[in-house]
Amino acid sequence: MVNILALIELTHAGEIAPSARGLLGAAASLGTPVAVVAANAEVDAVTSARLGQLGAAVVYQGVGPAAGAVLTGPAVEALEAGVAAYQPAVVLVSNSVDGREVAARLSVRVGGALLVDAVSVRLDPAGMENGRIVAGHSIFGGAYDVESTVEGGLPIITIRQGALDGVSNDNETSGAVELVTTALTGSVPGATITAVSDAPATTSRPELRTAKTVVSGGRGLGSKENFVLVEQLADALGAAIGASRAAVDAGYVDQHAQVGQTGVSVSPQLYIALGISGAIQHRAGMQTAKTIVAINKDGDSPIFEVADFGIVGDVFTVVPQLMEALAARAD
Amino acid sequence: MIMKGQSMKIVVLIKQVPDTAEERTLVPATGWLDRDAADNVVDEINERALEVALRVKDADKSTEVVVLAMGPDEATKAIRKALSMGADSGIHVLDGGLAGSDAARTAAVLAAALRGTSADVILAGNESTDGRGGVVPAMIAEHLGLPLVGGLNAVELVGAAGSGKVSGERSGDSGSLQVTAALPAVVTVTERTAEARFPNFKGILTAKRKPVATLTLADLDVAVTVAHAVVVSHSERPAREAGRKIEGDGTAGTQLASYLIENHLV
Repeated sequence: MVNILALIELTHAGEIAPSARGLLGAAASLGTPVAVVAANAEVDAVTSARLGQLGAAVVYQGVGPAAGAVLTGPAVEALEAGVAAYQPAVVLVSNSVDGREVAARLSVRVGGALLVDAVSVRLDPAGMENGRIVAGHSIFGGAYDVESTVEGGLPIITIRQGALDGVSNDNETSGAVELVTTALTGSVPGATITAVSDAPATTSRPELRTAKTVVSGGRGLGSKENFVLVEQLADALGAAIGASRAAVDAGYVDQHAQVGQTGVSVSPQLYIALGISGAIQHRAGMQTAKTIVAINKDGDSPIFEVADFGIVGDVFTVVPQLMEALAARAD
Repeated sequence: MIMKGQSMKIVVLIKQVPDTAEERTLVPATGWLDRDAADNVVDEINERALEVALRVKDADKSTEVVVLAMGPDEATKAIRKALSMGADSGIHVLDGGLAGSDAARTAAVLAAALRGTSADVILAGNESTDGRGGVVPAMIAEHLGLPLVGGLNAVELVGAAGSGKVSGERSGDSGSLQVTAALPAVVTVTERTAEARFPNFKGILTAKRKPVATLTLADLDVAVTVAHAVVVSHSERPAREAGRKIEGDGTAGTQLASYLIENHLV
């Protein structure tokens, strides 16, 4: 079987990033997964065992003081060494802020070519050892499906977060994971990290990118105080909270919640847009949702062009009535 | 903020993109972006990058701001707009052989053009609104052997090469970081940096007299990129159709609850 490298990002607390699951699942569907980690100390037994459960056959760790102290350089160095050691058919990296910078630098260093923001990877022809690797992309907010491949060199693919599933036998006791260590020398230039602060306190709400239901609010909410209506409906439905750029710019909600062209793209089962007019930039981030519900005062709002169920009305009367009706059903 | 007597040279990368306020399409034959289907504008994120450079220049007039664009004839318009906002000069890489370049080739060409500029800072947007790859600046940094200080929400530039540094706040996936690097460096900014200024009348008039150098591939020593990305297939998804639309008549919330329950969405 061919080797597939997957870059496993660690949070600054040393935990395996959520992207690892999809990356190792995709790697396992293409060949033998080699999990590549850059760390300032050897990974502990719990971490390597967990990577084994997620599908890794080998954990290849680059260890050096720069990891965690220098931006992206240590990961590039670890992957470059991994490419030399394992001659992989493809390198998979999360399409995260760090991941795509790492993938870009690596592609120049090893003479590979980059396919970005893939939502699927497959062998062509299917199941064929040494077949070419084809990546699927969903572009312009899902208006087009595009497939791409690499000719003439190593494919390096960044995978959209939340797009791919993990291996199906996750949580079973896996076989022994081979642990291989290499020393990082700091050969790749990078910015120095001088301070780290955690993301805003994580709540019990699901993560926006991967949530099955998203409730989003726009300028129609009118104020930060009124935005609590979005939170109430989200909590009643077990949904993640999203927002239009207008609501973020008006300060109703943190920018992490922004859905659209310049924010997060989501494809949930249910997307409920409250007081959002639906500018094309917003629709680009949500129109691949399975079902779209929109409530807005202005019946001419473009959000209604993509809504499966639209209500021309006041969110402050419709949403409380909706929550009451849903609560009544639960009783 | 800027030490006197050490003038800094900043090269800002700019790109023309189809306006995101219009429908964007692919050319059926190639799967390439159809650059004629919508109005082409300077990408907003590039204007913000330029604004960062111009604020340095506002504080120290000796700062030199150059804009660099690769693209067809029409890219001249983007360069002229940047000059009218306050950049000092432009470089336009224009060659018919560049059409359809992937990110790797674009980065190799831009890196070759940048080698001759002896820039202290290479500034770019973190990702364009068309490709959204966000990878070209990192590739350029690798070609030039420079650190990348990417995805900054706020930027501080101090001094010049040899003694200068860039620092700022970066939004990561699991929190925000304070990062810093010695110059020269490649820096990218997010849409959280300052809004770009509008060109004023004087700027528009003086822009016409500012120099724009045109470079072709023959002028540049471009690293060979053997591996390349190829489009295998592309298809347009059918447009979404509007579904049921009701007026808020007093029972709308109840009707919506029924709809969600019937469709097993709650």
